[in-house]
Amino acid sequence: MSVRRLHATQPESFAFTPENIEWSKGQISKYPEGRQASAIIPLLWQAQKQEGWLSEPAIRTVADMLDMPYMRALEVATFYTMFNLSPVGEFFVQLCGTTPCWLRGADDLKSVCRKMIGEQGDITEDGKLSWLEVECLGACVNAPMVQINDDFYEDLTAESFEQVLTDLRAGKEVATGPQNTRHTSEPEGGLTVLKGTK
Amino acid sequence: MSDRIKVTVDGVDVEVEPGTTILQACEEAGAEIPRFCYHERLSVAGNCRMCLVEVERAPKPVASCAAPVAPDMVVFTQTDSVKAAREGVMEFLLINHPLDCPICDQGGECDLQDQALGYGGDASRFDDNKRAVEEKHMGPLVKTIMTRCIHCTRCVRFATEVAGVPEIGAIGRGEDMEITTYLEAALDSEMSGNVIDLCPVGALTSKPYAYTARPWELKKTETIDVMDAVGSNIRVDTRGREAMRILPRNHDDVNEEWLSDKSRFVWDGLNTQRLDTPYVRRDGKLAASTWNDAFAVIAEKIVGKADKLAAIAGDLVCAEGQFALKSLMDNLGSPHLDCRQDGAKLSGPRANYLFNTTIAGIEDADALLIIGANPRVEAPVLNSRIRKRFMMGQFPIAMIGAPADLTYEVSHIGAGTDTLADLLAGQHGFADVLKNAQRPMILVGQAALARDDGDAVLAAAIQLAENSGAISPTWNGFNVLHLAAARVAGLDLGLLPGEGGKDTAGILQAANSGEVETVILYGADEIAGAALGDAFVIYIGSHGDRGAHRADVILPSAAYTEKQAIYVNTEGRPQMTERAAFPPGEAREDWKIFRALSDHLAVTLDFDTVEALRVKMFAVAPHLAQLDQIEPAAAPQAPQAGTMASDAFGVAVEDFYFTNPIARASATMAACAKAKGERAPAKQGTGSHG
Repeated sequence: MSVRRLHATQPESFAFTPENIEWSKGQISKYPEGRQASAIIPLLWQAQKQEGWLSEPAIRTVADMLDMPYMRALEVATFYTMFNLSPVGEFFVQLCGTTPCWLRGADDLKSVCRKMIGEQGDITEDGKLSWLEVECLGACVNAPMVQINDDFYEDLTAESFEQVLTDLRAGKEVATGPQNTRHTSEPEGGLTVLKGTK
Repeated sequence: MSDRIKVTVDGVDVEVEPGTTILQACEEAGAEIPRFCYHERLSVAGNCRMCLVEVERAPKPVASCAAPVAPDMVVFTQTDSVKAAREGVMEFLLINHPLDCPICDQGGECDLQDQALGYGGDASRFDDNKRAVEEKHMGPLVKTIMTRCIHCTRCVRFATEVAGVPEIGAIGRGEDMEITTYLEAALDSEMSGNVIDLCPVGALTSKPYAYTARPWELKKTETIDVMDAVGSNIRVDTRGREAMRILPRNHDDVNEEWLSDKSRFVWDGLNTQRLDTPYVRRDGKLAASTWNDAFAVIAEKIVGKADKLAAIAGDLVCAEGQFALKSLMDNLGSPHLDCRQDGAKLSGPRANYLFNTTIAGIEDADALLIIGANPRVEAPVLNSRIRKRFMMGQFPIAMIGAPADLTYEVSHIGAGTDTLADLLAGQHGFADVLKNAQRPMILVGQAALARDDGDAVLAAAIQLAENSGAISPTWNGFNVLHLAAARVAGLDLGLLPGEGGKDTAGILQAANSGEVETVILYGADEIAGAALGDAFVIYIGSHGDRGAHRADVILPSAAYTEKQAIYVNTEGRPQMTERAAFPPGEAREDWKIFRALSDHLAVTLDFDTVEALRVKMFAVAPHLAQLDQIEPAAAPQAPQAGTMASDAFGVAVEDFYFTNPIARASATMAACAKAKGERAPAKQGTGSHG
């Protein structure tokens, strides 16, 4: 886990879209009067969804909406690793490097990232791709895997991962989930037990 | 009492209230529990783990600061398991703590140092690199060396809970956790210096004091602060003649253990701009002189012309000096004497000018109306007591006057006398709030009193207090918040215009018209020099400030840290300062100056020692002899007064950091004012990373 700090260059301002403001009001209304601060994580998350990352003005905007001190909002934003405090690519790859994925070839996937994108945190010139190594994402049974934006791409090899990145970059549809013949987390090559039941 | 709980600590039985923590019970039983994060005036965090104790039938050590006692609990604080736990916690704390005690300002008075010695192991087993943390900017007062931080979060809790400026926080997590202010802005608080005392290590230290002295080479003098009218208890640390720093002392009824930034950091003002020899103006220029010369010049002006003499006492002067001045004026037969250089319309029965509820009494109040005051800058420590009461809940607060952020929720109901009149007529909603309250408080500030219709405002406020039931045999909810440490003593001793005498405004007018030819300014520095016309001005004071610039003769006197003297705070509590250092050069204690002057004017004062002076003073105001006791005043009496003008109340303290000559001489205060000016526009946020 790296040191999580605000990005060196920040935008001038941040504003939620009208739809997001409506959505935020809905989130805030879930909590009783005087407890609006409880909505901090959903709102920060929505701000990140809108911009791709959390800027300092965005943190301030959310704090103002919830009537809480800026410092308290900053504490939350820097605590949770799911908040990106620096800009990311349009397709943000979170690559699992924890033991099961590592044993199943996560290092090869990292090499692909380095080749196609660069070092961690770098964004490709077209703004399409960036990557970060993360801890276990809970899909060990389909190791090695990555998460790109909201979806898992599993059972990767260097070749299939490169193909996924290339296709995403080109704007093609890519099937999520296992990138080999497996169906979800069933055994590779089809079921092997409980086949005889009629 | 039957509902108390019996607890056994190391074989000692104690009975404590339910809800007491194990740590408090242990202290009651005389067992010392080491701690870093726990502080009795802050909320419980329970994150340092240093206070682990063993509790019978508990499977593992218990953090005593966060665990409440249970009936018949048996606690052990000296067992092997407790010692091992403490040693373990200590080892973890020291893993990332630098070994820089020899160059650390906290060295010698460091909780971590002391407890590592007392409870820690002998050597480190940690061979890897220690973590290092970037310095954080926290303004001109607080120096940070964040590598030393052990994340006790005392500073975070203080800023949020006591100071009411939730600007300090912990960012990141785990090993990367760092304490900082938002975008490293200076803390926007008049109480920020207290985080230095709270910090158990050398992470937050005093910037002005940095690398100047070690605690063991300082002489410590317990005395009283005079920067505001609260009378905070302080300790002045001196080396030789020089004040090196000022720290708060605990006094539960006054300042608890807090201190305002002005009181804490003003000490460099005590060492600069000092008047150390008498001066006499010759050919338009002030020239150093001798006491006898200066007295001779004064005698020439005063003897035989006492009816054309007037005197004004200032904000920082002591009771003894004021009594000597009054005695001198009485002997000379001049009635033109006033201690209210701001022109506040205060006099009459004692209850009319005291903070009758008392500072500790704020905690018993259940509604508050503030009239023409901004306690946050006028008395920061008192303001945090109001905030403490506010945090307990059920405490509606309303305010009439210039709007201000007081660090708690205040409904601003009006700007001036109109709203006060509405309240008096019962035409405002808050009148009912006051009426329905059991123990309402009304706090009147100098901005409401130091104006031409001040006595009418005072009368209206007293009337309102009576109407609201704020004054009863058991509760006195009428309060005047003073700005000057000298004022209550001055009013107690009757430094007011005598029969046919002129008040401050009258004196200034007469000085311009020539009716008054000589004016004694006794530490009075808040009067613009031009306002004194062509009068011959004698300035008696400690600092070369406004008064000295205008003066024709300067008599140098001792500052508040250089004499043993009585000051009476806004509650009417007399407290005595002690001498931490001798006054510089030729400067003398105030009463001695008046005594010597009286000889030259052939009206010798009949006391030769300060003890003799005090005997006479106590005859006039017996309550001054009861140090640290408040003589309860009777009910306030609304004075006969005209009608209130309809304009809004002004602001009594324009700049918190420059309210008196000592503060104006302080480079630290100037730096604070500059930092405050710089942060004002930045507060709206520029969007750029700080």
